[in-house]
Amino acid sequence: MEFRYLPMTEKDKKEMLETIGVQTSEELFADIPERIRFQGDLNIKPPKNEYQLMKELADTAGRNVNLKSHTSFLGAGVYDHYIPSIVDHVISRSEFYTAYTPYQPEISQGELQAIFEFQTMICELTGMDVANSSMYDGGTALAEAVNLAAGQTKKKKVLVSKAVHPESLAVIHSYAKGPGVEIIEIDHKEGLTDLEQLDHHLDEDTAGVVVQYPNFFGQVEPLESIRRLVDKQKKAMMITSSNPLALGYLTPPGAFGSDIVVGDAQVFGIPAQYGGPHCGYFATTKKLMRKVPGRLVGQTVDEDGRRGFVLTLQAREQHIRRDKATSNICSNQALNALAASVALSSIGKQGLKKMAAMNIKKTLYMKQQLQARGIEVLYKGAFFNELVIRLKKPVKDINQQLLEKGFIGGYDLGRTEERLAGCMLVAVTEIRTKEEIDTFAGEMGDLNG
Amino acid sequence: MANQDFPLIFEWSQESRTGFSLPELDVPDTDIDEMFEDAYVRQDAPQLPEVSELQIMRHYTGLSKRNHGVDSGFYPLGSCTMKYNPKMNEDVARLAGFSHIHPYQPEETVQGALHLMYDLQESLVEITGMDTVTLQPAAGAHGEWTGLMMIRAFHEANGDHQRTKVIVPDSAHGTNPASATVAGFEAVTVKSDERGLVDLEDLKRVVDEQTAALMLTNPNTLGLFEEDIEEMAAIVHEAGGRLYYDGANLNAILGYARPGDMGFDVVHLNLHKTFTGPHGGGGPGSGPVGVTAELEPFLPKPILTKKDGRYKFDDDRPRSIGRVKPYYGNFGINVRAYTYIRTMGPEGLKKVSEYAVLNANYMMRRLQEAFDLPFDRHCKHEFILSGRRQKKLGVRTLDMAKRLLDFGYHPPTIYFPINVEEALMIEPTETESKETLDDFIDRMLQIAKEAEEEPETVQEAPHTTIVSRMDETQAARKPVLRHPME
Repeated sequence: MEFRYLPMTEKDKKEMLETIGVQTSEELFADIPERIRFQGDLNIKPPKNEYQLMKELADTAGRNVNLKSHTSFLGAGVYDHYIPSIVDHVISRSEFYTAYTPYQPEISQGELQAIFEFQTMICELTGMDVANSSMYDGGTALAEAVNLAAGQTKKKKVLVSKAVHPESLAVIHSYAKGPGVEIIEIDHKEGLTDLEQLDHHLDEDTAGVVVQYPNFFGQVEPLESIRRLVDKQKKAMMITSSNPLALGYLTPPGAFGSDIVVGDAQVFGIPAQYGGPHCGYFATTKKLMRKVPGRLVGQTVDEDGRRGFVLTLQAREQHIRRDKATSNICSNQALNALAASVALSSIGKQGLKKMAAMNIKKTLYMKQQLQARGIEVLYKGAFFNELVIRLKKPVKDINQQLLEKGFIGGYDLGRTEERLAGCMLVAVTEIRTKEEIDTFAGEMGDLNG
Repeated sequence: MANQDFPLIFEWSQESRTGFSLPELDVPDTDIDEMFEDAYVRQDAPQLPEVSELQIMRHYTGLSKRNHGVDSGFYPLGSCTMKYNPKMNEDVARLAGFSHIHPYQPEETVQGALHLMYDLQESLVEITGMDTVTLQPAAGAHGEWTGLMMIRAFHEANGDHQRTKVIVPDSAHGTNPASATVAGFEAVTVKSDERGLVDLEDLKRVVDEQTAALMLTNPNTLGLFEEDIEEMAAIVHEAGGRLYYDGANLNAILGYARPGDMGFDVVHLNLHKTFTGPHGGGGPGSGPVGVTAELEPFLPKPILTKKDGRYKFDDDRPRSIGRVKPYYGNFGINVRAYTYIRTMGPEGLKKVSEYAVLNANYMMRRLQEAFDLPFDRHCKHEFILSGRRQKKLGVRTLDMAKRLLDFGYHPPTIYFPINVEEALMIEPTETESKETLDDFIDRMLQIAKEAEEEPETVQEAPHTTIVSRMDETQAARKPVLRHPME
């Protein structure tokens, strides 16, 4: 078998072995004790040539129903949006995707500047002072924010709304075990965080309060009232998780005094990819700048006075501070941050507002169409691009039937909370047409009986 | 352009210029402002650029030219395994059936994706010699933390709450002690001996009833195989601790040795290193974790199961450490790694390590005439030189690294591991040809000569890059972390 990624020839090998002063390459492995030396061949599939492997994998991919083959109204944290063609062309430039972390600024200005621009865009969207170069995803970014708040305030209790994405909530619980942070879940009422319960649990031991805006049900949390509550405890921080697209229309969390704003930029130019890789972002205040997890790019000048960019404030990070680092994060989602920057450059200031508003308008239209067909839409509050509806039949069964009609139905809320069994979370983005919404609503009316 | 500042995308912006093509608003246009309380309707729009599509393309093409990747030239960055990123992998990952699937689609609609994940898990089980693998962690450090949380849960399940310490060699990656802290442990350092290996006597001294785990990279960050690994495993296991394998250096031993056979209980892999998922300028990566059967109950949930040829997720895992990430891991990167493993097969993967090790030893032997070689023995996939001879001439390792930029090379990792003075850590990988290695070696020898004869050439390097050395002090003292808007 030939291996096109391996340039070694017999002649090279011979010359190299001679230079090293050994007879065979096996001798170079002599320091691996015999007893633990692997004998024989790994029991994995044999190599396959490019054409046949591509054919096989295309077949495997073809076995998946996908967002291009079907019309999707599924969201719940991962959305099907307009992706400008230009995004993939830029991130396919191999100077970007085959580079490592930009530790050598002289030959990494491209990546460094792109990240600096990303940081700027995230600050603009969220209304915050500082943003880092990205996190794994919105869920882990939120979990890091929770631990940061506990570490910074030296308090061990964090109140987390149950209207936060259930998988983010699950990740928060996992991360909290490390430093021993106590997570108190605050219930939701009418689709919004129960402020009475929040107020009840908020006390002098509270490090922070976590809400999502818009929340998991698509509802817009009253950040103004929440901030007022949090203010009752001098040290407690307000942590907000936000779909950054919604911030094209909604007042940003920074304007309501959020201390940390996180979320996922998947909505900007990043395909669903079965849930990853996406692109977490992390934004905060100047005050917390030196506590931020992960990489930060800063502007400076070179010896000749030219503007340039470097990784900075690295004394926070694991490769310098080791066990005293603010986080263990090393690799992040740089290439996806680039994708998001390109998408945001393309969509631009005007486009973002239009796009965000279009999500709301089409979702509102969906609401009216569903109601007109006798489907109960829960919650009265303002929403972004998701609705909760209650069905008379199991969501799973309805989704099965929708599939046969070419639709990927909404998220089965019964998966997360028993009392929401029979409820579906329906997402409508700007790429859904009136016709698709009409047909879907019609089908839903019929299926619901 | 060389003497001017390269514009920021914001500096191209002109009001009302557009680079987008949004779908039509084909539903009735309603005044949605009425839905919201005034305070929630954004008044000041975020200052995103307003640029045309060509302007965006020129901007990012310009930026890409100011960036060095593996496709631009040799990238012998130690510990990072900067090997070639196959183009086929990129094509496969972009197939609509992989890139445009939603994590909440019914399982029966994504059997192809689940099959790929399951088969990848099985392959990684075999390659590492572990009993089971999870694909959930997003990157290496995330995998470390996941593995440590499992070890913690295991000890706690046994009532061993006093096991609060994680032992880390002084040569370890910074993520190791950082992950230990984040997982709620105290990191304890074990020394290396004059061979460059873990000092067994020191290990015996630091291991006790409080030991939760020893984290180890093997071969270690000096590129040397820890040949006492069986004895080390026995010391740690006898004391009740568990052994953690940092897979950053797995590229050295594919098909030659397996962490599971060495006595490791938990392993993380960096699919973006060993298995060609591209580094992406710093991510996304993927950090699967493999464990032995006794740790299996603690795996992050859900786990992927196969029954009668159908794949499904099992969330009923009462002893699980919980979720470490939303959804199922960095699937897109896992698709690339899988494509690579299927391209290489058992024979190809073994050749990968053979050639990676051969290339490293060849470079080491040719460079040792001009540079100090702190550990004079066969290395694995990478090796360490010390620039202390040049330092005496006033030329630091940093200077030599910058001088390499003039020849179109990305420098090796420098000043790491921290236990070697003026360290240069070189990892050529198996995908580089002898011609490339020879040219790089010649340049290194030239730099060593320059250090003796004309040190200022090295000290003032780089001379040919688009920017010169950056003022990092100013960047840290007066941080400018975003572009100010007018």
